[in-house]
This record gives sequence, C-alpha cells and structure tokens, in this order.
Amino acid sequence: MDVAQLKRQLFEYTTLLFHEGFLDEQFTQLQQLQDENNPDFVVEVVSLFFDDSQRLLNELAKALDQQNIDFKKVDAHVHQLKGSSSSIGAQRVQRVCIAFRNYCQDKNVEGCLKCLQQVKQEYSLLKNKLETLFNLEKQILAAGGSAPM
Amino acid sequence: MPKSQFFGVSSLNDEVTALVVDDNKVSQMIHHQLLNVLGIVNHVVGNGKEAVEIHSSGKKFDLVLMDRDMPVMNGIEATKKLRDMGVKSTIAGVSSHSLSEERQEFIEAGLDDYHEKPLTIAKLLSVVSKIKYKA
Repeated sequence: MDVAQLKRQLFEYTTLLFHEGFLDEQFTQLQQLQDENNPDFVVEVVSLFFDDSQRLLNELAKALDQQNIDFKKVDAHVHQLKGSSSSIGAQRVQRVCIAFRNYCQDKNVEGCLKCLQQVKQEYSLLKNKLETLFNLEKQILAAGGSAPM
Repeated sequence: MPKSQFFGVSSLNDEVTALVVDDNKVSQMIHHQLLNVLGIVNHVVGNGKEAVEIHSSGKKFDLVLMDRDMPVMNGIEATKKLRDMGVKSTIAGVSSHSLSEERQEFIEAGLDDYHEKPLTIAKLLSVVSKIKYKA
C-alpha cells in the first residue's frame, strides 16, 4: 500500500473512532500539542494512560473483591480513571466511569461490579483501536510519509 | 513558526514560570506539555504538600495550576496555605468537580481562576491572560 492509501486509511479509521464515540475533541487537543520538540507526545501520553489504567483496574478488582468494600477507596480509583480518560479524550471509558461513581455513592455492589466489567471492556476496545491507529502511523512513516499529526 | 508564537504568547512567556500541582500522571504530562507549547517554563509536583514545600524553599512561580483532589494535601488546603504564606502567584484551580458547591469551596480557598478538566490550549490561554503578579 502506498503512502496516499495509508494516509486515507488512517483518516477514515480516525474518523470512525470519533464517530463511534471512542475518542472526543480532547484527543484532537493532544494531537495539537505534538510538535518537533515532542514528536511522540501522543503515543507517550496514551502509553502512560494505558499503564495507569491497567493499574487502576487491578486496584478496583481488588477493592471490590473485599468482604467489606471500602466505597471511598473504589470511588477514588474511579475518579482517577475518569480524570485520565477525559484527559486523553477516551469518551466511552469516561462515560462508564461517571455511572460507576454514581454506584459508588449509592454503595451499590452489583452496580459497581457491572461497571467494572464495562469499563474493562471499553478500555480493552480502546486500547486495541489506538494500537491499530498508531500502527497505521508507523506504516506511513516507514513508507516515507510525513508524520500524520 | 514555534507554537508559542502561533498562539501569540511567546514574548510574554519568555518570562513566565508555572507550577503544575496534580497527582494524576496523565494530567501532569499533558499540563506540562501544554505549558511547554506556550513557552512557559514549568515544574511539576504530585500533591499540595509538595507545592507548599517548593514555595517554602524559596522558589516562586507566576502561575500555579492546582488540582483539587490529591493525596497528602488537597488543592483547597494547599491554596489556603500558599495564601497564608503570602504567595501572590496566580493560582488557577483545575478540577473535574462539576458541583457548584465544590467549585465554590475551592475558589474561596484563594483561587484567581477555575477551569474544569480537561485543560485545553484555549483554557490555558485564558488563565495566562489573568497573570497579574510577576514572581
């Protein structure tokens, strides 16, 4: 596939991610922050998000597995995940976090467990899709194209 | 053209310094780069106690971007302490709390400005325009 075709594929894929609600305007903001001094900024901040989110999801699973659930602790973790996801434009993850926090405030165990599964699913989907997006960008650079962002 | 010039702030921001106070690593990275892009030299700390300590050590900043919810010392307490210390920097609260009571409590601690996360270039430019005291 030539550079033009790859660029078109990247454009269509990115548009789809926005259309399906995986990403919002904040992701575009991150792209605008990438410059010649920080050419890998978006990949770096998204990688940090992935690492941090995985840690938080592990903490949430542990916290919700306790006999006496500390809902303040659970809420604190969800608050962090909500903050990170909104910072990178991960709209669907953020939306589940909002519902999750409501269940925490109501001390609703079933609701929290349901949200944990949902947020894990949304996170996993997003991770796959962003990895695909970044791979497309790498292919464009490897084919001699310019940095897409 | 450097982005700081593109956004029309390079001549001012050669002299502007800022402190990012946030426990969230993703927010730290984004706020740090936001300030870099505007040509603002900045330092990052992870909670309110570290913000107070860096000021106690004699460092001064024109602008402080203060998160609200942080471990050890939150943004409300840190802002109050900095004002009690006589810190006149422009302190902008940056938080994801949307309830007006929570926002008001933070503002009354001594903020000069408040923005909901996520911080954007436009919001940061608005904050920078409010810097009145040069550290």
